[in-house]
Amino acid sequence: MTDVTTATVHPSAIRARPPGFFVDLVSIAGRALRTIPRAPAEIIPALMIPLFFFVVNVGALQDFSERGIPDFDYKAFQLPVAIIFAVTGVSRASTLVTDIQDGYFDRLLLTPVRRLALLLGLMVADFALVCGLCIPVMGLGFALGVRFETGLLGMIAFVLIAGLWGLVFTGFPYAIALKTGSPQAVASSFILFFPFAFLTTSTLPRPFLTGWLDTVAGYNPVTYLLDGLRALVSQGWEWAPIGKGLLAIALVGSASMSMCFAALRGRVRRG
Amino acid sequence: MSAHPSSGAAIHASGLVRRFGDLTAVDGVDLDIQPGEIYGFLGPNGSGKSTTVRVLCTLISPSGGSATVAGFDVATHPDEVRLRIGVALQDAALDPMQSGVELLRLQGRLYGLTKREVATRLAEVSDLVDIGEAIDRPIGTYSGGMKRRLDLAASLMHNPEILFLDEPTTGLDPLSRIRVWEEVRRLNDELGTTIFLTTQYLEEADELADRVGILSAGRIVAEGTPDELKRSVGEDVIIARIDGDGSAALAAVQGLAGLSTAELHGDELTIAAADGASIISPVAVALSSTGVHVKDLTLRTTTLDDVFLELTGNRIEHRDATSPEEVSA
Repeated sequence: MTDVTTATVHPSAIRARPPGFFVDLVSIAGRALRTIPRAPAEIIPALMIPLFFFVVNVGALQDFSERGIPDFDYKAFQLPVAIIFAVTGVSRASTLVTDIQDGYFDRLLLTPVRRLALLLGLMVADFALVCGLCIPVMGLGFALGVRFETGLLGMIAFVLIAGLWGLVFTGFPYAIALKTGSPQAVASSFILFFPFAFLTTSTLPRPFLTGWLDTVAGYNPVTYLLDGLRALVSQGWEWAPIGKGLLAIALVGSASMSMCFAALRGRVRRG
Repeated sequence: MSAHPSSGAAIHASGLVRRFGDLTAVDGVDLDIQPGEIYGFLGPNGSGKSTTVRVLCTLISPSGGSATVAGFDVATHPDEVRLRIGVALQDAALDPMQSGVELLRLQGRLYGLTKREVATRLAEVSDLVDIGEAIDRPIGTYSGGMKRRLDLAASLMHNPEILFLDEPTTGLDPLSRIRVWEEVRRLNDELGTTIFLTTQYLEEADELADRVGILSAGRIVAEGTPDELKRSVGEDVIIARIDGDGSAALAAVQGLAGLSTAELHGDELTIAAADGASIISPVAVALSSTGVHVKDLTLRTTTLDDVFLELTGNRIEHRDATSPEEVSA
């Protein structure tokens, strides 16, 4: 195709109109979801790391822990950890920062799109993605013999709670992306994952943690999140741990969402 | 609700100011651009052109003064403005991960077009994009010219009343530049789209704009039609180098209509006229009738470059290597 062909665009009476928040949300989320399979390098680590840790932790500690704790199912204990590893820190923040740097974010700001939808649309896509990432991890758990005391409904709740945690955690990288517009800063936000994921009951139950780690784990919301998820797997509909898990998500979410929506306001402020 | 200027202008600005800390990028710009007009905003890099566009397009707020676009105040009714404008910013702002079709569809949806309307507009602007099957490929694989045209198409998806083009041909090869010029003219002729065009290319402003505003250090230092601006700094000059009776040649041209002055210096006859192009043929006929041999006959018209030099003391330096002179040559 040559560059010099004369273009002809026929006039039409179509004019812009406010699209509505739902259309904005679906449009932005749709774009984010479309690009996910086109950048597999961003997703493969999020898939491989939890499977790797699940297999390694079970291989290393199953016999040791089950000998020390009567009726303890270490694989069921580890499945929520693998899920948390799968869903924590997975976000479209790197895409957002690329949009800011390339000027595409400005092109979106030039449209009548609701500014809130620019962020929520990405989060909707993140939620869909992290729920999807739970499936292979749960598949491995099933293959290793893990079963849910709460049945199918409990499995759905398990995925939704994990997805909700993944969603609220995205607030941190989004806040960094919107505040700094720097891909390096967004990449470094991954270090937030480590204290949340490891200073907790990710390897052994709390009574087996040493003094300082037990103290820190007591302040780590992921500890209560894991307790809630483990209850769904091993205990049944125990509302106390499940409720504490949801409360932990709410607490982290209130902090992370406050940060990222404040950063969004700063980014789209025209002053 | 709106802040309609009494003139019904498509774009109106009064004492528009934009500061970044201590730097005043836009320093009291006044604009009054009528519907259907192509307005050229001419100035060198750093003169405040892009900042003015970003204020008028609602990306940033004015620090002082006021502006209305399509009748709506950019500071208080930015959403109303956004519905009515299309913008192609200085650097093509595209998502390399999407295909051309996906980007245009998304653009249409964000402007509230239905799926059917998006399909209609996609067909209409696809001719403009003119990249064939590549429109289904990721934008990251496009050439610079293809990206520019896609960016322009994206800004047109919703049939805007007013189109802002911020240096639309900077960095383009000559053929792509001509295509953009043709498209700008066609949009204005066929659809009556008001076009606010910033450029650092004098020929581009001369070629396209009904009126030109010359910006220097954040201020408009002159405004008018290209002809008015050129006339303001001097007349066209016809120079005839002749071999023969110079006095007879001078006498022959002195009576011509439209001529301002005629002088003879050696074998060179210099004729000044407000519109040199219209008088050059009668000059040639008059000289021929005297029997003198005309060795060469040249017309030098005043350019916007002369206007810019006169007003600012500087010539515009282009940002890229390909100048429009190469296009028009």
